[in-house]
Amino acid sequence: GGGAGLCGHSLARAPRRYYEYIFGQSWPQRSPRPLGARAGPELLELQVVIESADPGCQSFPHLDSSEAYHLTVAEPVAVLKADEVWGALRGLETFSQLVHEDDYGSFLVNESEVEDFPRFAHRGILLDTSRHYLPLKSILTNLDAMAFNKFNVFHWHIVDDQSFPYQSIFFPELSDKGAYSYNHIYTPADVHLVIEYARLRGIRVIPEFDTPGHTESWGKGQKDLLTPCYSGEEPTGSFGPVNPILNTTYEFMTKFFKEISSVFPDTYIHLGGDEVNFDCWKSNPEVREFVKKQGLGTDYAKLESYYVQKILDIVSSYNKGYIVWQEVFDNKAQLKPDTVVQVWIENNYAYELSSVTAAGLTAILAAPWYLDYISYGQDWKKYYSVEPLNFPGSEKQKKLLIGGEACLWGEFVDATNLTPRLWPRASAVGERLWSSKNVTNLQDAYQRLTDHRCRML
Amino acid sequence: AENEPPWGIPCTQLDVFVATPGCDGLPSLDSKESYKLSVLEGSLLLSADTVWGALRGLETFSQLVGRDENGTYYINETEIVDFPRFPHRGLLLDTSRHYLPLRAILETLDVMAYNKFNVFHWHIVDDPSFPYESSTFPELSKQGAFNAMTHVYTASDVQTVIEYARLRGIRVIAEFDTPGHTLSWGPGAPGLLTPCYSGEDPSGTYGPINPILNSTYQFVTSLFKEVSTVFPDFFLHLGGDEVDFTCWKSNPKIRAFMEEVGFGEDYKKLESFYIQRLLDIISSLSKGYIVWQEVFDNEVKVKPDTIIHVWKQKPTPYMEEMANVTKAGYRALLSAPWYLNRISYGQDWMAAYQVEPLNFEGVPEQKDLVVGGEACMWGEYVDVTNLAPRLW
Repeated sequence: GGGAGLCGHSLARAPRRYYEYIFGQSWPQRSPRPLGARAGPELLELQVVIESADPGCQSFPHLDSSEAYHLTVAEPVAVLKADEVWGALRGLETFSQLVHEDDYGSFLVNESEVEDFPRFAHRGILLDTSRHYLPLKSILTNLDAMAFNKFNVFHWHIVDDQSFPYQSIFFPELSDKGAYSYNHIYTPADVHLVIEYARLRGIRVIPEFDTPGHTESWGKGQKDLLTPCYSGEEPTGSFGPVNPILNTTYEFMTKFFKEISSVFPDTYIHLGGDEVNFDCWKSNPEVREFVKKQGLGTDYAKLESYYVQKILDIVSSYNKGYIVWQEVFDNKAQLKPDTVVQVWIENNYAYELSSVTAAGLTAILAAPWYLDYISYGQDWKKYYSVEPLNFPGSEKQKKLLIGGEACLWGEFVDATNLTPRLWPRASAVGERLWSSKNVTNLQDAYQRLTDHRCRML
Repeated sequence: AENEPPWGIPCTQLDVFVATPGCDGLPSLDSKESYKLSVLEGSLLLSADTVWGALRGLETFSQLVGRDENGTYYINETEIVDFPRFPHRGLLLDTSRHYLPLRAILETLDVMAYNKFNVFHWHIVDDPSFPYESSTFPELSKQGAFNAMTHVYTASDVQTVIEYARLRGIRVIAEFDTPGHTLSWGPGAPGLLTPCYSGEDPSGTYGPINPILNSTYQFVTSLFKEVSTVFPDFFLHLGGDEVDFTCWKSNPKIRAFMEEVGFGEDYKKLESFYIQRLLDIISSLSKGYIVWQEVFDNEVKVKPDTIIHVWKQKPTPYMEEMANVTKAGYRALLSAPWYLNRISYGQDWMAAYQVEPLNFEGVPEQKDLVVGGEACMWGEYVDVTNLAPRLW
């Protein structure tokens, strides 16, 4: 088993970090302790024990990691037991929330026994670094906030139409030409830092390289990648989605995803596949010709699937699993059984969850949790009240819903407003994804959320 | 020659000429904020009647200066003659729903100056907390603040705000909202608020200020005497909004009073009775006053130089209210379409921008009575962690 220390070096920082969280901030003492007041029983130590033979300290968290823990707080030693280090991290967070200060500045913790584990294994936050670049500091601060709320997936929507901040090793022109500026990029060192910072908090980093739509910025540094749009016989000068009919496209993707697969250690890569506008493809005579030749009829969804299929095969060849937005499923691409489908369209999302899981595919839910859609007042309540399994389906189907994500799209978000916009609203989602189905009382949640918010500050 | 940059003689100074000498005064509603800015090769001149105009011109000047790729600062030749359309351009901050540390207020004043705002409407106390440290009634904040040590504005804090604002040409108008919105006043001023009744017995809860007691008016006189001295602007905002009559109605002594003075069941008359006396007290302190629109809607007799603050969108559409207020001869301030605390998704700045304050039926004399408006950032969901990105 793990025994003393927390997996030696790699996760030794966690106890130190939590020590500072718990004791580092001391509010000014309000009044001196009256003479003769009883000191009471003391807690001298929190012991952390990791039980399994392979505690997972040197490795990365993954979908099947155990995050369960058992925390016993009693005099004089509290014990935190977990199968894997990931559970220990969750337990440390809980322990830090149990410790509180009295009016005299003493730290107190109640005798407690906590047996805890997450309801859903995939509990994510999506950040968008293409609509607005987010400096490293913002991303790291957000990872801290995620850890306070037991989130375990950072879905990094790293590039999109507006900008390409990811500095690629094989294709440096992509960010050279596609980023907002040289100051608005993520170097390989930056990316590595994010991955490691996340790992130390038990957070998986799943990058999203969304294609074939949402790729305008890719075209700046990669000639002939995007489809030239036409007006009649003439190219208009503007470009559409990735060009699905050229071999060069797939040569590029093969090499590009080889890099991505090695840079990002998580088993999964998010491949996007949402909101593909067919107009540009339809306008292009070569694409039209291709569609005819391939017998795809007039249904351009079939062309989209043709493209997606090939990308999925490329990524599979690198032994990666993939997550796709729901359109890929809706448009009937042939998906491997272990594909994860992310449901994001609000209209009828319960029905979509039924369809996806009925087809035997794994699903994650984002639709009711688009936190970029701000509104006045306590909108955390509506996020909290979502019951992910409220869709028609068998027990077997329900098991295929592995979790969800709170999304903070970047159209109106940058480092100046990210933190207050995302938190503590996302905490409501965090609890919904971790806690039992019956933890639904809004008044009770309100009390705990207000305390938690002050703690996070 | 071709290789020379297009800059002419480098300019090294901006001359600022102010006609009216003296920088120690306070800005007022009548202050002249006009300025002329002349940027010519070899000569940069900013001239204004008053120092307040010079401040506005300096802000404009700072916005005209650009920087090229080489790091050189430059400015285009320009001639500007500028003055504000409306003399009252304000921002409301609410430090009762959530306390705002001094630095948040000062930072806001800086950004107000960047945007040529000239009134800081300090909605300093309300139901949830009383952070204003009163020298006459120290118990008010001792009992009424969220925390009497950490969540108060001392006399020194208040002076800091006023001076910081003054140096940016910003007036500080304090609002001590009564008779409603006063729950936090209760703990520090026993007997001030109306005890509500449940049948024959006090329910234990309190309502608006008790308008039938002499002690009320003694208290109000003393408090506002202090407030009038502490806040040097001619105007005070007296509130007067959203007075809930339920508690008054429940109180048998008040019901008896209503009968005695012949108000019957019309509690608006009781509200007016209080407000009238309050306004008289303020006038005797030689201050002008601004009140929320209910005071006008409920037909309180106000002095002709009262400014009515229009904030409601219903039941009367605010443009109609503006017409009514100005038709009755009162000056008006518009806030209704500018409640910036009511956030929504997307570029909602456009809706605020497209408001035309004078878009109501009325003769030119009426339109002249609109002195300006205020963007309001109510504090129910706002504190120092999100104030700046929410407001700007």
